[in-house]
Amino acid sequence: MKISPEEVAHVAQLARLRLSPDQTAKLTGELNDILTHMDKLNQLDTSGVASTNHALESSGPMREDQARPSLERDQALANAPARDDQSFIVPRVL
Amino acid sequence: MELHYLTIAQARELLDRRELSSVELTQALLDRIAASEPSLHAYLTITADAALASAAAADQVIAAGQAGPLTGIPAGIKDVICTQGVRTTCASRILENFVPPFDATLVARLKAAGMVMLGKHNMDEFAMGSSTENSAFGPTHNPWDLKAIPGGSSGGSAASVAAGSAFFAVGTDTGGSIRQPASHCGVVGLKPTYGRVSRLGLVAFASSLDQAGPFARSVADLAEVLQVIAGHDPADSTSSPAPVPDYRAALGRGVKGLRLGLPKEFFAAGLDPEVETAVKAALATLEGLGAELVEVSLPHSDYGLAVYYIIAPAECSSNLARFDGVKYGLSLRSERGSLLDMYLDTRSQGFGPEVIRRIMLGTYALSAGYYDAYYGKAGQVRTLIRRDFAQAFAQCDAIVSPVAPTPAFDLGQKVDDPVQMYLSDIFTLSCNLAGLPGMSLPCGFSQGGRPIGLQLLGPHFAEETLLAIGHAFQGVTDHHAQRPAL
Repeated sequence: MKISPEEVAHVAQLARLRLSPDQTAKLTGELNDILTHMDKLNQLDTSGVASTNHALESSGPMREDQARPSLERDQALANAPARDDQSFIVPRVL
Repeated sequence: MELHYLTIAQARELLDRRELSSVELTQALLDRIAASEPSLHAYLTITADAALASAAAADQVIAAGQAGPLTGIPAGIKDVICTQGVRTTCASRILENFVPPFDATLVARLKAAGMVMLGKHNMDEFAMGSSTENSAFGPTHNPWDLKAIPGGSSGGSAASVAAGSAFFAVGTDTGGSIRQPASHCGVVGLKPTYGRVSRLGLVAFASSLDQAGPFARSVADLAEVLQVIAGHDPADSTSSPAPVPDYRAALGRGVKGLRLGLPKEFFAAGLDPEVETAVKAALATLEGLGAELVEVSLPHSDYGLAVYYIIAPAECSSNLARFDGVKYGLSLRSERGSLLDMYLDTRSQGFGPEVIRRIMLGTYALSAGYYDAYYGKAGQVRTLIRRDFAQAFAQCDAIVSPVAPTPAFDLGQKVDDPVQMYLSDIFTLSCNLAGLPGMSLPCGFSQGGRPIGLQLLGPHFAEETLLAIGHAFQGVTDHHAQRPAL
C-alpha cells in the first residue's frame, strides 16, 4: 500500500479539508490506485536531468516600479462573506 | 436560413450590409439558447439583457462603419474566466455567488472588439475533469447524442458552439480541456502556445499548464477569435512579448510540402478502431493535398499521464489554497467555531469530490518526504518529454494524432474510476507539459454518430501552421459542416 488511511487523514489536515471516515476510506483506495500508476516513473533513470517547472523559459520580465490604479477598497471587499467598511472579518484568532 | 449556424464571415457580411442587425442576430441566439438549454445545459449563466444592450451598441459601431471582424457577434465564455459584474462560479459551490470586480484580459479584448457576450459556459469544477460531469450544477449533454458526455473540462463551450447557441466560445486547456471536448462535439478547438494568450483573470488550476483558447465551427472562424485574444499582457508575467502574426493570412498557405509527423507511440494498440479509421482517412486526405507523412517517435509518451497527474494536482493544491472563506465565496462559520473550523468546513463542503481528490494528491506529492520522489521526479521527466518534442519537430512541421482514444463515452460510464477517466486525456496532456500549441479538428463520426477529432500539434508559436493545415483540410472535407439533429 502506497498511502495508509492515517496518512490520508494527515494530508487532509495539511490541505485544510475535513474528511468523513467513509471519504477517508474511499480516497485511500483511489489515491493508492493513482500512486501505483505513478510508479512507472521509477523505471526511468533521470540522474543529471534538470527539472522543468515552467512551460517556457522566461526572462523574468522587469518593469518600472510605478504606482498604478488598482481596485477600490469597496470593490475588493464586495465579495467578502463578512466585512466592515475597511476590513475582511474572520473568526477570532487570539 | 438558420441564423444560429451562420459562419462568422457570413454573419459579418449580413451585419455590414445592414441586412441583419446584431440585436436580431443576438435575439436569434437567445431563442436558440431557450430551445436547446433544457436538453443541453451548456450555460451556467445567461446574460440576455446585457447581451441585447451590447448588440445595440455594436449596431451603432457598425452603422458608423467602424466594425471589426467580431463586432456584434454573440459568443459564450467558460465560467472559469472572470467577467466583470457577471457571476463566475468555476462550476463550484465554493464560488456560486462570486462576482468578479474585473474582466480577464482576454474578455476585455473581446469586448473591445465588439463581442456580444451571451453568458457563461458550464464546465468541470475548476476545470478538473474530462466529461463536464464534475460540474456542481449538473452535467452538459452532447448535442450529437444526449446520452453522451460532451467531453471536458470545457464541455459547455464545445456543446454550445456545436449546437449553435454561440458563434464561438473561449475555454481553457490544462491537459486537453479545449481539444478533447472539441473532438467529442465536432467543432474546432485550439490550445495556443503557453504564453500566447494572457492568463490574467483565468481562475488558476495549474499555472504552468493552463492556457485559454477559442472554439468555433470552422478554422476560419477560429482564426478571427485567436487574432483578438492573442498578444502580450504586461499584467501576466508569463505572457509572451512575441509579435502576433496575421492569422487570417496564414489560412491560405496550404499544406503542400509540409512534413506531418505521426508519433508511432500514439498509433499503438488500444486505439478505438473507428477513431483509427477516421484519423487514417484524414491523413490520406492531407497527403492528397500535398503533405508528406513521416514517422516520428515520442519515446516518453507512456510517462506523460503520470507526470501530468503529479504536476497538475501539485499546482492545483497550491492555487486552491486561496479558497478559505475569507475574501470571497462560500464561508461556513459557526457560533463558537475557530478560524481553523471555518477553513475546514468551507473547503470540505465547498469543493466537489474530484477537486478534493486532486488537492489531496497534490498536497501529498508536495509533502515532506515525498517531494523528490513525486514532484521532483515528474519535473525531470517533463524535461525528457519536452526534448522528445524538440527532436520530433526537427523532422516535421507538425504532429498529427487522434485527440482522444475513443469517441465520447456515455454519461456516468467512468465517474467511479478516476484512472480510467484520466486515460481519456492520454494524447492531449503532453502538449501542455511542453507548452505547445495544439488543435482539434473534426475528421469523422462513429457508427453511432458521435464525432471524432484529429489533433495537430506544432512547435512553440506555430499556430499559423496549424491553422493552415486545418483550413486546407476543411476546404476538401465536410465533417465540420455537419450539424446535430437538435
